[in-house]
Amino acid sequence: MEMEMEIRVDRDRCAGSSLCVSYLPDVFDQSDDDGKVLLRTAEPGADAAQAVRGVVTRCPTGAITVRARDAQEVRDA
Amino acid sequence: MAPDAEHGRREEPLMSKPINTAAHIRRNGIEPPPELARISAETPLVQVEAEGLLFSGRHWLATGYDEVRAILGDNRFKMLPPAQAKLGGGGQVEVGNLLQYDPPDHTRLRKMLTPEFTLRRIRRLEPFVAEIAEDCLDALESAGQPGDLVRTFAVPIPGLVGCALLGVPRDDAADLARNFNASRAVANFGNRIDDRERERQRAAGNAFVTYMRRLVRQKRRTPGDDLLSMLIRDHGADITDEELTGTAATLMGSGIENVGGMLALAPLALLQYPDQLALLLDRPELIDRAVEELIRYLSSVPNSIPRYAGENLRVGGHLIKTGELVMCSLLAVNRSQLPGVPRDTLDITRENSGHMAFGHGIHHCLGASLARMELRIGLPALLRRFPKLRVAVPPEEIRFRTWTPNYGVDELPVAW
Repeated sequence: MEMEMEIRVDRDRCAGSSLCVSYLPDVFDQSDDDGKVLLRTAEPGADAAQAVRGVVTRCPTGAITVRARDAQEVRDA
Repeated sequence: MAPDAEHGRREEPLMSKPINTAAHIRRNGIEPPPELARISAETPLVQVEAEGLLFSGRHWLATGYDEVRAILGDNRFKMLPPAQAKLGGGGQVEVGNLLQYDPPDHTRLRKMLTPEFTLRRIRRLEPFVAEIAEDCLDALESAGQPGDLVRTFAVPIPGLVGCALLGVPRDDAADLARNFNASRAVANFGNRIDDRERERQRAAGNAFVTYMRRLVRQKRRTPGDDLLSMLIRDHGADITDEELTGTAATLMGSGIENVGGMLALAPLALLQYPDQLALLLDRPELIDRAVEELIRYLSSVPNSIPRYAGENLRVGGHLIKTGELVMCSLLAVNRSQLPGVPRDTLDITRENSGHMAFGHGIHHCLGASLARMELRIGLPALLRRFPKLRVAVPPEEIRFRTWTPNYGVDELPVAW
């Protein structure tokens, strides 16, 4: 059973690859002004957990991190 | 030697014997040489002697998933050689080419360009690209069979997209294309061309860049609604004309080399795997996954731009010393090392392979979304028009561009 998660994005690190928004457009967005990541929701629910983790791993600059509700950070190394 | 399971935890740097190989540069048609997967499994980071190749002399070769991610994700590995570097790059730095910049200059230029390549902007170009693709297919069809897919389809699509992005007047496109084509392969890995040919290529390359320089000056005087004009309008004081010229030349050049390469390699791969081609014809909704899988499988940029260690750096237990050069084989990772790809077959139903064909880290391909879109539009248009497409020469006569940084074919005669 996946745990509830909280997503954080680091817009300074974001390189604007569009990867997150192309895979999970309900969760991520991209600013028209600077091309960087925006969050549609920080708590997408347990259903999306696996997909979000996939995006965390693929983000080229490690700009996306997730934190499980029990506060244990599952940040991509 | 068995792979080291304790990456990065050793006190003493691993000492492994340099190997003599060109496996990261060679190919067998669309397949990597079998040796490459073995190197990944046994020595995911290793020193290589490769005389007469890209860089004569010893350099590091990274072929492991963790190693490549660690190197490309670490900005202490630099694009420009530090003073201590033993091996030089291609010579002169190209002003405006993002792949020759390190932070903070890289950050400044990339920031200006990123908003021009958002997914939303790219999607707005779809109808235009569809129109171009149909025009190219009309030309191919009316010229009769066999026709060269490279010259009439694969190269003109990204070429015309580039012209539209940069605001190149339609009347200038043919001349520009001629010069660009004549300049291709200047960056040949080996010394495979004679001096006269090299000089001819250099002259054509100069004419191409000179055109871009004139275009930039013209956009400064009378801006339009193209990418160059927007850069000038929004950041005109923070970017020089030479940087704009280099940016324009790089965008056009990498579009043609990379997307152009893929628009010929992708149909070729599908023709070599008829079950996958049949599946795509039967289920066109698979196109997004198919494009992603073809990008992984073909990895048309087999190696990332070489990086130089800006200081002594440890990766996977090895010590890479200041100034040493590292090649990262994206092809090796994508074809044998991805955790999400247990079996390396061309499978257009595959989801989320996690490939690194567009690189990793701050230099992740700026045009990735544009490249994906051109493939997503171009490939189905081709297959719809010619459902019985076939290669019109025996496989051994297909001329692959093995010695260039971007893999592709010189020409691809097709019939239908």
